[in-house]
Amino acid sequence: MAGHATEQIDTKTLWGGKISPFSTSYGKLMMWFFLVSDALTFGGLLVSYGFTRFTAEDAWPIGEETFNSLPFLGHGYPLIYVALMTFILIVSSVTMVLAVEAGHRMDKKGVIKWMVATIIGGFFFVGSQAWEWSHFIHGSEFGKVELADGSQAIVKGHFGEIQSFEVLEAGHHLKKGAIIKEDLMHQYQHAVEKGHIENNIITLHDGSKAKINKAENEHVELHIKKDGGKYKKGAVIKGENASKMYDEVINSGDAKRVIYGANLRENEYGPQQYAQFFFFITGFHGFHVFSGVVINIIILIGVLRGLYHRRGHYEMVEKTGLYWHFVDLVWVFVFTFFYLV
Amino acid sequence: MERDDIIEYSLDGHHSEEQGVQIRKKIWKVTAILTAITIVEVVLGAMIKQHSSAWHLVKWSFIIMTLVKAAYIVLVFMHLGDEKKSLRYVILVPYFIFICYLIFILLTEGTAVGAAWDKYGVY
Repeated sequence: MAGHATEQIDTKTLWGGKISPFSTSYGKLMMWFFLVSDALTFGGLLVSYGFTRFTAEDAWPIGEETFNSLPFLGHGYPLIYVALMTFILIVSSVTMVLAVEAGHRMDKKGVIKWMVATIIGGFFFVGSQAWEWSHFIHGSEFGKVELADGSQAIVKGHFGEIQSFEVLEAGHHLKKGAIIKEDLMHQYQHAVEKGHIENNIITLHDGSKAKINKAENEHVELHIKKDGGKYKKGAVIKGENASKMYDEVINSGDAKRVIYGANLRENEYGPQQYAQFFFFITGFHGFHVFSGVVINIIILIGVLRGLYHRRGHYEMVEKTGLYWHFVDLVWVFVFTFFYLV
Repeated sequence: MERDDIIEYSLDGHHSEEQGVQIRKKIWKVTAILTAITIVEVVLGAMIKQHSSAWHLVKWSFIIMTLVKAAYIVLVFMHLGDEKKSLRYVILVPYFIFICYLIFILLTEGTAVGAAWDKYGVY
């Protein structure tokens, strides 16, 4: 690969002072040094994730089971959304390279066009990551259940849609006979967590009691993740038995037998540290993407004002591009070690 | 006061329109390679489950594919391939030595700690 930097200069001149031994500017060299230090930071975070995962062995959640939703389309799409996010970030990296290339030809309009595309891609990525977080925190429709023998299981299958709640006993706000059709899943999950569902009757926020009209859950499978008195880790319960056992947990009236989603206290998907690492690593990375977008916007303003054209070179765009590519590079590794492996 | 000690290396970094066409072709080619590798990774990841027999092979192929993607991004997109060899080495060699050792020691320790916790209980 040839660039102007690779032209041969004898060693004595090169290291004799007053010129850069790497034939590159101070700013670019410092950006590379910063990127090495940041790469070490991310490397340290990912390796400690690996350490924790190796201590947990097979209690660790599986990527394609945990991340299988698409916005507006629900679940059953393993890893598709995160693949889309990877693609968006790679494309924004490509548009950044094209901006740098345009800069090397002093093509101001080209630089502007490609930088705007990069910024848009960056915003899409941050927005997607925010959706992933909210979905992760929110949890699946089934949640993780504690069965009668004390074992814990994650649930697979098709969650039957909740059609409505029919109020049987009035509360503070709702009258008897009222039909509720909004925000059903949310209220349902809250009630399950508090043990407010018994025999298919749900006690709503205002104290009223309502009958739940809901489609049957289908193909329910219980995968045991923690040993209990009867069921051991790794066991799978299917069919009618599974459906009955799941319904028993929901309708028991006992609080805290179902966990939905992941936060810093409890975790539907697996060990607590899974959530902690997920939030920290993807959050730290998302912060880098966001700051990259902000820096890109600032430099774009400089380009629009003709600052770099007057200077004679678009090196600032190139340095910003280095930071942006670094962000993409980290994501490639996070994607592999968090979601794939 | 004008500074006479700053050499603007970037002024030599320009290229002509024709060279630009060639360079852009290369960029699109690398983009296609990166996309193809990502698609292969996602399809494999979604299809082959963790408990299947092929998983060990698939896991290592993921790591190799990721390193290939990283190499393309660093050498082509970040233009490290166009820089002087000495700069390339200054950036890459210390990082690789450090990270390889770190990965090895933490995964070894992690496995050992996991075994110790299983045997004697956590903490």
